[in-house]
Amino acid sequence: MLLIECPWCGPREESEFSYSGEAHIVRPLQPEELSDEEWADYLFYRKNLRGRYLEQWNHAAGCRRFFNAERDTVTNEIKSVYKPGESPPEDDS
Amino acid sequence: MQKYSFLNLARNALSYHENWQRAWRSPEPKSDYDVVIVGGGGHGLATAYYLVKEHQIGRVAVLEKGFVGGGNTGRNTEIVRSNYLWDEAAHIYEFSLKLWEGLTQELNFNLMFSQRGLLSLGHTLQDLRDIQRRINANVLNGIDSEFVTPEQIKEMVPIIDISPDARYPILGASLQRRGGTARHDALAWGLARAADSVGVDIIQNCEVTGIRREGGIARGVETSRGFIKAGKVGCVTAGNSGVIAAMAGLRLPLESRPLQACVSEPIKPVLNMVVMSNAVHAYISQTDRGELLCGAGVDSYNGYAQRGSPSTLEHALSAIVEIFPRFSRVRMLRQWAGTVDTCPDACPIIGLTPVKGLYFNCGWGTGGYKSTPGSGWVFAYTIAQDRPHKLNEPFSLERFTTGHLIDEHGAAGVAH
Repeated sequence: MLLIECPWCGPREESEFSYSGEAHIVRPLQPEELSDEEWADYLFYRKNLRGRYLEQWNHAAGCRRFFNAERDTVTNEIKSVYKPGESPPEDDS
Repeated sequence: MQKYSFLNLARNALSYHENWQRAWRSPEPKSDYDVVIVGGGGHGLATAYYLVKEHQIGRVAVLEKGFVGGGNTGRNTEIVRSNYLWDEAAHIYEFSLKLWEGLTQELNFNLMFSQRGLLSLGHTLQDLRDIQRRINANVLNGIDSEFVTPEQIKEMVPIIDISPDARYPILGASLQRRGGTARHDALAWGLARAADSVGVDIIQNCEVTGIRREGGIARGVETSRGFIKAGKVGCVTAGNSGVIAAMAGLRLPLESRPLQACVSEPIKPVLNMVVMSNAVHAYISQTDRGELLCGAGVDSYNGYAQRGSPSTLEHALSAIVEIFPRFSRVRMLRQWAGTVDTCPDACPIIGLTPVKGLYFNCGWGTGGYKSTPGSGWVFAYTIAQDRPHKLNEPFSLERFTTGHLIDEHGAAGVAH
């Protein structure tokens, strides 16, 4: 069970949250001009990194707000959390 | 290879079973191979075995960073079935099931393959509609599949709770009588022994750290035991497929997730079939040792830790206890997790890559074990012929660009 710190509510247990995958994926601004490859990239391709990963969580059973987390996918250590719109922390690994 | 037979058993008894040949060699890596397979799990070993047996490739090596069968092959819940919804998936899983039916004889290794029957429960009217649809699709594809009523289920599995006021009322199920279980360690060992006997070098404790390319063509692999030259490289590394792909500058549409399972203390035989429920993400069977073997759905977040959250397992077990109330006092002995590579459409990727001479077999997600022999067979064909077999042609990497996805998610009754 992960202990996740919501930037608005503080530390809560994992079962209050839902996972929303990789962070900082920008929705296409001009979708009608996208090629098939670009659509595939936007819809299906994820970094899926082993190690430091920037990802989105939603505090579904709490404040219901989205936020970003910097987590190590091998150790499950959550190094930092930050609000949407904020830039990701420096990679100090 | 020393054959396992009654005669040899009796002969070796005379020397107190001290002179059995080792099941497989532990060779030093050569500097050059025709084909190098990265990943010594079931799929990789099966690929190597069929490369030699079906395609007469001379020099084949399997590189494994840990030990044979120490990854997902040794961590699954042993279920074998082929009742998938879509034609493409049904064909490859049914092909695999047919190979399973003769595999113990072919490998000369007792896989404890038991076609004890597999029930997939429905708890709502929509579940029943989906089940009927899948049964019809299966029958059209020549796969045995039938509908059973709650009373018939109760007759086959007397300990199940079919009362209408149950938390998850059982309204019916699909039954695949040819489905069942096979011992996972036996599959790993049997394939390793058979591959070794046809000349495959199985090199354990040898981690691949890079893929050497020249002008867009794969030339070999950098490993923890030095560079190994290869005519062709086949990667079958499940949860770490994305990591290996990155070594060749490729990306894959995969997300690696923990998938958990657990076993109970051994109890007397009470459950002689596999029972699964897609709606509550749980499946259960009883092993020959008497343990209840239970599996959950994938954890919600990406992870390579081979460790999941207790809440996921608790969710599956609480459903199992509702369906089998008498299991409420059974104690669980061990729990574990493997890292599975989930694909957006819950179907594998088996085929060529933009790098010539480099092939990937990945994305099996939660359903790889049952397909091991079929997956190895088609991947061996793909590597040897440098083109996909018609069974794995639909499972190309290009389908994510063309949009020809094979959506086996909820509709197929796949337990995730």
